[in-house]
Amino acid sequence: MAALVLNEEQQMLKDAAKGFLSESAPISQLRQLRDNRDEAGFSRELWQSMVEMGFVGTLMLEEFGGSAFGNVGMGQVFEQAGRNLSVAPLLSTAVIGVCALQLAGSTEQKQALLPAIAEGKLLTALAVDETPRHNPARVTTTAAPQGAGFVLNGHKSFVIDGHVADKLIVSARTAGDKNDRAGISLFLVDRQAAGVSVERTFMVDSRNAAIVRFDNVQVDASALLGEQGQGFEVLDKVLDVANAQLAAELLGIASQAFEVTVKYLQERKQFGVVLGSFQGLQHRCAHLFSELELVKSVVLKALAALDEGAEEASQLVSLAKAKSSEVAELATNEAVQMHGGMGMTDEFDVGLFMKRARAAQLLFGDYRYHADRFASLRGY
Amino acid sequence: MTDLHAFREETRAWLEENCPQSMRTPFTAEDEQCWGGRNFKFKSDDQRLWLERMAEKGWTAPDWPQEYGGGGLSNAECKVLREELARIKARPALSSFGVWMIGPAILKFGSEELKRQHLPPIVRGEIRWCQGYSEPGAGSDLAGLQTKAVDEGDHFIVNGQKIWTSYADKADWMFCLVRTNPEAKKQLGITLVLFDMATPGVSTRPIKLISGNSPFCESFLDNVRVEKNQVVGEINAGWTIAKYLLTHEREMIGGMGKTAAGQKTLPQVAVDAIGLDNGKLADGYLRSEVTRWELDARAFELTSERVLDEAKAGQGVGAASAMLKYYGTEVNKRRQELLVALRGSDALVWEGEAWKEGALPRTWLRSKGNSIEGGTSEIQLNVIARNILGLQ
Ligand SMILES: Cc1cc2nc3c(=O)[nH]c(=O)nc-3n(C[C@H](O)[C@H](O)[C@H](O)COP(=O)(O)OP(=O)(O)OC[C@H]3O[C@@H](n4cnc5c(N)ncnc54)[C@H](O)[C@@H]3O)c2cc1C
Ligand SMILES: Cc1cc2nc3c(=O)[nH]c(=O)nc-3n(C[C@H](O)[C@H](O)[C@H](O)COP(=O)(O)OP(=O)(O)OC[C@H]3O[C@@H](n4cnc5c(N)ncnc54)[C@H](O)[C@@H]3O)c2cc1C
Repeated sequence: MAALVLNEEQQMLKDAAKGFLSESAPISQLRQLRDNRDEAGFSRELWQSMVEMGFVGTLMLEEFGGSAFGNVGMGQVFEQAGRNLSVAPLLSTAVIGVCALQLAGSTEQKQALLPAIAEGKLLTALAVDETPRHNPARVTTTAAPQGAGFVLNGHKSFVIDGHVADKLIVSARTAGDKNDRAGISLFLVDRQAAGVSVERTFMVDSRNAAIVRFDNVQVDASALLGEQGQGFEVLDKVLDVANAQLAAELLGIASQAFEVTVKYLQERKQFGVVLGSFQGLQHRCAHLFSELELVKSVVLKALAALDEGAEEASQLVSLAKAKSSEVAELATNEAVQMHGGMGMTDEFDVGLFMKRARAAQLLFGDYRYHADRFASLRGY
Repeated sequence: MTDLHAFREETRAWLEENCPQSMRTPFTAEDEQCWGGRNFKFKSDDQRLWLERMAEKGWTAPDWPQEYGGGGLSNAECKVLREELARIKARPALSSFGVWMIGPAILKFGSEELKRQHLPPIVRGEIRWCQGYSEPGAGSDLAGLQTKAVDEGDHFIVNGQKIWTSYADKADWMFCLVRTNPEAKKQLGITLVLFDMATPGVSTRPIKLISGNSPFCESFLDNVRVEKNQVVGEINAGWTIAKYLLTHEREMIGGMGKTAAGQKTLPQVAVDAIGLDNGKLADGYLRSEVTRWELDARAFELTSERVLDEAKAGQGVGAASAMLKYYGTEVNKRRQELLVALRGSDALVWEGEAWKEGALPRTWLRSKGNSIEGGTSEIQLNVIARNILGLQ
């Protein structure tokens, strides 16, 4: 295993992401998109710049137009996106779409879609959950064989970027019972296809999510992504990559909320002294600092394990998502509390960090989900 | 890289040949550790042999220079050695305050004469050291210490009392903080001196602990003569050295949060104790508690690894040792509490045949000291808040 430090290339990517995102995708942009109820919910112009910066192709093989920089590299972008609460379809497209296609796509599918993603012309979204709490094996959406293709019926919720995606990656049951892992298949479905209806939901973090309904949606056999009935294995791997990136984002969110708070405590005076001089607050900050150091380690380890194809990668991803969720919750709650009345105002950013953290936590499994998965993977 | 590979091969072969089989099992009781020293009674010939062989190669202090008896290994080689020792589940050949604490301080601050006098016997496990820092009136507020050293030209006369001195009754030498300038601001008048416990005027009295053992003592210093050539660093400049030494102590204590090689992991203990039901631990509540602990423990281990990797890459993390000490000891205490819960009433058997590994309640009780010794958890949090976060 490589040492737990960034190499030169990864450090450069981190610095580039830091400069670019704080300049071009800062928190004020999130506020603007929210206050204007922007139709796309993100800036297409920003997305094109991200293409040019190479962020969109970080996980993509060079033959399709990417740089194949890997998860550690992409993690640096996500951490900085977390610090700035940047809004872009990075997760839905540059991570999930790219991974799913590279893992399971046919040659035709890859050639048709990956270069389009690399150029910023195509967006994807993953439609996996049907219940409010993440559970990828629980699939009741059906895909029944019909002629040479399938017909889909069912519904999905919490589909990130679902209302803007060109292609939906949908898990549907071709065999088995409600909670079976076997019998789940993945399909590439046009958002515009007949029978697909998309209801955009505005979430607490002001980001894009959608409820998608499938009413006798007919697809060709060529819409099948990977082997019929073997979709869960692909999904499991894609979700590992997505969760590792979300963990990196949570690290960024928690670190930024923490640093802003420490700074506030150094400046705000009550009782004639700065708040930072009170030990009751100092110890909570010092504990949080220690927890954040742990999160840095597990996130980097999980990202590296994915790049190296390590056997225990899934375990490490669940460790990273669990720990980053736990600490982001603590950090953002403490940030609001320690800002006193200011923390409760919309004008102050800390509330936004808290909202975004919860969304990132719950997406694809929170602390409880991943602690349980970790224990199961460890055999107990 | 290939050099390192060759080093690993050599090390592996050497260990295969030289580490006795009985030294490749985890400790079952605290008193199976090898502390060395003039009066140490070896538990077995293997224990003695293992120490002699490792000391011969300088591998009891692998990163120290060879001229002082150390192994002269690079950081990368040290890591390989650690990994190879862990691979065969080897017991530490020597547990030593000399290696962990005073040795590094002498190496960094001591005169050439001091290095030649003290370092080789430490490596060979011939001299056992104790740490005379704390006093009845100076615990967390260590700089408030009162033990007085009066300058008599070529030597000092030391008077005072130390407390909580671990293994003072078994040690051969003490490294001791004394006040050499009572007029100066409290951090400025302190000196670090070394003396033989056999010097007239030194006496110790054991203090019994809640664990039933008496690992530490009160130490009385009554007109003790200390030669000036036994001062580490400059006179009145002992505070910096004391703090440097404390960072080593913290790292050592913080390391206890890690599961030792060969020890059963907590989930293994849990499965043995309560069994599985449909592949999951049969007690759902304990399962979540064990998992919560394992997530933190694994994250902590990875953090220790990252801090080491960063140090090697020249990216020192300021007061990392305070963070590692704080978190590591708290994790270890939680582990001990869970062990008691998992083993239920078996964990409470203090004496007798019923529980052969009767060390459990004692180990649990001893762990409570982890967040006190070497600076309490509260003091570590103060250090983090002030020195790293700039809150004051
Ligand atoms: C929803 C809401 C409704 C409100 N309604 C009213 C109202 O109707 N009328 C009204 O007059 N006010 C109202 N307030 C104001 C409220 O009383 C104050 O926000 C509160 O007293 C805290 O003061 P502060 O916001 O200045 O925080 P600060 O005093 O700046 O405190 C910031 C943080 O530092 C901590 N802190 C401060 N001093 C210490 C210390 N000595 N030791 C340890 N920690 C310390 C605090 O606990 C807090 O976590 C309201 C506030 C809110 C959030
Ligand atoms: C097992 C064990 C082995 C030891 N071995 C040695 C040894 O070999 N040599 C040696 O010199 N010493 C040794 N010690 C002593 C150890 O270093 C001291 O016990 C420790 O520094 C705490 O000092 P104290 O016991 O006087 O507690 P006190 O300083 O009286 O502290 C009591 C409580 O108050 C808290 N407190 C104190 N100051 C503050 C503050 N500013 N802010 C918040 N909370 C505070 C503490 O955290 C603690 O919880 C050992 C101790 C133990 C338990």
